[in-house]
Amino acid sequence: MDMQQEAVKDYGVRLGDDALILGHRLSEWCGKAPALEEDLALANTALDFIGRSRLFYSHAAELEGNRVSEDTYAYTRDCREFRNLLICELPCGDFAFTMARQYLVDEFYLAFMQGLTFSVEQTLAGVAAKAVKESRYHLRRSRQWMRVLGQGTDESHDRLQTAVNDLWGYTPEMFEPDELERKLVAAGVAVDTSGLKDDWMKAVNKTLAEASVQRPEGNWAVRGGRQGIHTEYLGHLLSELQFVQRAYPGLEW
Amino acid sequence: MSPVPSLWTLLDAVKDPEIPVVSIWELGILQDICQPDEGVVRVKLTPTYSGCPAMDVIAEDIVRTLECSGYPQVEIERSLSPAWSSTWILPNARRRMRNFGIVPPVADSANSIACPQCDSTETLLVSEFGSTACKALYRCSSCGEPFDYFKPI
Ligand SMILES: [Zn+2]
Repeated sequence: MDMQQEAVKDYGVRLGDDALILGHRLSEWCGKAPALEEDLALANTALDFIGRSRLFYSHAAELEGNRVSEDTYAYTRDCREFRNLLICELPCGDFAFTMARQYLVDEFYLAFMQGLTFSVEQTLAGVAAKAVKESRYHLRRSRQWMRVLGQGTDESHDRLQTAVNDLWGYTPEMFEPDELERKLVAAGVAVDTSGLKDDWMKAVNKTLAEASVQRPEGNWAVRGGRQGIHTEYLGHLLSELQFVQRAYPGLEW
Repeated sequence: MSPVPSLWTLLDAVKDPEIPVVSIWELGILQDICQPDEGVVRVKLTPTYSGCPAMDVIAEDIVRTLECSGYPQVEIERSLSPAWSSTWILPNARRRMRNFGIVPPVADSANSIACPQCDSTETLLVSEFGSTACKALYRCSSCGEPFDYFKPI
């Protein structure tokens, strides 16, 4: 693997990490969502993300000459080796928190995946083309829930406002390219996420207004996921996600 | 399409487990079949949705079907590009899908989704996500029956 390939592999793994960790969080609702329809919707959205992670990981494994597999990335790496955005690993919280997070990342991922369809890396572009179609559905639903919760009862409105307040500081990280991303943007492989921020902010402002939710003041920001510096929550998530492979290494179904 | 008509006929028997009235070829999941080497059959598949759990089952069914017909060496190749589109579903398959109770995807607006039981267009979206990722859940206001709608993608 030359340096460029190594970088493309790392990029694929971090995109796989985003999708796996968020997909796992969404799957935690399975069987206990507030309504049957929501249970199905959350589980299906989780499947889309987990499927996405498999595609990104498989491609990375191919670049490593298949010495490893998608499972190696998912089940055998420790916290510090994961490169997902922090917003993906935050616990589900209440339903308002889950949907607010989903809305904020759906706006991001739709634009991101649209950009990635232009990647010179054919496989990344192919995964992105599928993801764009799925993200449109995710976004339609999460945006609708923002309106419903925001304009619902006093309690649903307050819960949504609290969720947005608590999530706000985790959003800047989505738009901060690191060295790897910058290098791959120059090579035509990666999406320049700093260029997505203005349109994202415009769309989010509009939705928050429709939901009668205040955009949080101040500019606190938490970052570090892309460097492997995580919140305390990721370790707990991984201990559940990786339990079987940790207890019985190499076990197959 | 590759020149192995007997293999295509053979794989007509493989259905999507969620829509057992439509073959994977009619659904557009089965992209190509070829024999790159003596005794080897390579089957190219494209998933409907990234996380579609039926894909693994379909791949297993293909391998089993070919094995039973004397082709022990089967390679499954996954193709992502171009991304699967619901417009690839063949017209005959759409008809059978509807008779089965799943409304096939409609290209433009949502208001022309007619109930598969009574043909009424007085229908309501219950959830964007139905029993599987590829379907939405609707209810007919005229006859009261719930039904699946295969989403355009
Ligand atoms: Zn009806």
